[in-house]
Amino acid sequence: MDTLGLFNYWVVIFLMMAGFYTVIARGNLVKKIVGLNIFQTSVFILYISLGKVSGGTAPIVSDAATAYSNPLPHVLILTAIVVGVATTALGLALIIRIKEAYGTIEEDEILAMDQKDEGRE
Amino acid sequence: MLGLTAMTIIRLRSLFAVVMLFSIYSLLTASLFMVLDAVDVAFTEAAVGAGISTMLMLGTLMITGYREKRPAHSPILPLIVVVLTGAVLVWGTLDMPHFGSPDQPVHQHVAPRYIDDSPKEVGIPNMVTSVLASYRGYDTMGETIVVFAALIGVLSLIGIKKYTNKEPGRTEKPPESILQVAAKLLIPFILLFALYVQFHGDFGPGGGFQAGVIFAAGIILYALTFSLKDAMHLAPPKVVKVIAAFGVLLYGGTGIVSMLKGGTFLNYSVLAHDPIHGQHYGILLVELGVGLTVASVMMLIFYAFVSRGEAD
Repeated sequence: MDTLGLFNYWVVIFLMMAGFYTVIARGNLVKKIVGLNIFQTSVFILYISLGKVSGGTAPIVSDAATAYSNPLPHVLILTAIVVGVATTALGLALIIRIKEAYGTIEEDEILAMDQKDEGRE
Repeated sequence: MLGLTAMTIIRLRSLFAVVMLFSIYSLLTASLFMVLDAVDVAFTEAAVGAGISTMLMLGTLMITGYREKRPAHSPILPLIVVVLTGAVLVWGTLDMPHFGSPDQPVHQHVAPRYIDDSPKEVGIPNMVTSVLASYRGYDTMGETIVVFAALIGVLSLIGIKKYTNKEPGRTEKPPESILQVAAKLLIPFILLFALYVQFHGDFGPGGGFQAGVIFAAGIILYALTFSLKDAMHLAPPKVVKVIAAFGVLLYGGTGIVSMLKGGTFLNYSVLAHDPIHGQHYGILLVELGVGLTVASVMMLIFYAFVSRGEAD
């Protein structure tokens, strides 16, 4: 029980590192956005699992409930999810522009093209 | 389960499968939130993660192509960095309070006040809504503005392509296919459900953010099964843009009105003679503002992506 109490953090860390790895190791920009989203979700899970109280119930007033989960993390994450999708959309829009300008969304190829341009000037 | 899905997402190079798996991943996260008592959050994650962001990513893939190239450099260095960071973080958790224990620092600061006093002070049963719209109204307003700003960014980056040819747009699909009939049956209920979520958010799980996303999902379903042109005819981008700005204005305006009535910015208690009624009106108005903005922003972003894809 002693170590199992920390299990939620380890799940969060595993997911966070999975997302982090995708962002730094993969060259495809769409894949990077997906990785960023996984990273983001792990933070959501961290907040929500902190708000959980054993024996508590959803934070909606009822007579049967004795303890409630903490409503504050729920509020923060609720808005964060919607803001997250808005920023994801912004990132994807940037990717579309990059695709139109360079003809590729692989990071290596874009860098190679940039270096070639600089060498010519 | 989540971990397994995440690992598969990393390994797969077919981006289409990655996006589909990401949708499943979001749905799994939503069920996890449900188990952890965060009903409002689960609601949002299911609608946003599994619905809208999957749509947007597919829209991008339509333009950029479905295959990912094999990375040129070796994955060893990133792997070492990641494992090291992970190990340090795990070491850091050893001092953290245990899962579910009620004496965590998180539960000591302002949360008891929200839980004990919000039914008396704000007078609505759903604490998440009362914290969201009343106690932390500033935060929520900021977030609504961020969503609006993201819309401005997307529109200025890719914009919504206008159709030059004006003939009715049902040429590419056979009329009345099974999907269209099913969508016709579903869409009224989706829109009705969105309105229910919007106005019942005080009492059950729900509110402006979820309702906006669900409403947008209804319109997006229409655009997918019929055509983008039909959807743009139903909800013209020009009108939707005005609605998006109006939602933000409604939120800020509610704050200004409560200032004019002698209170502080976004203090709804002064809006009516009885503070509790004032809180009710205030929350209703700002949630409506949030709902309008979120719904129209999601629709416009979808329009922008898909019209860009169809133009190419």
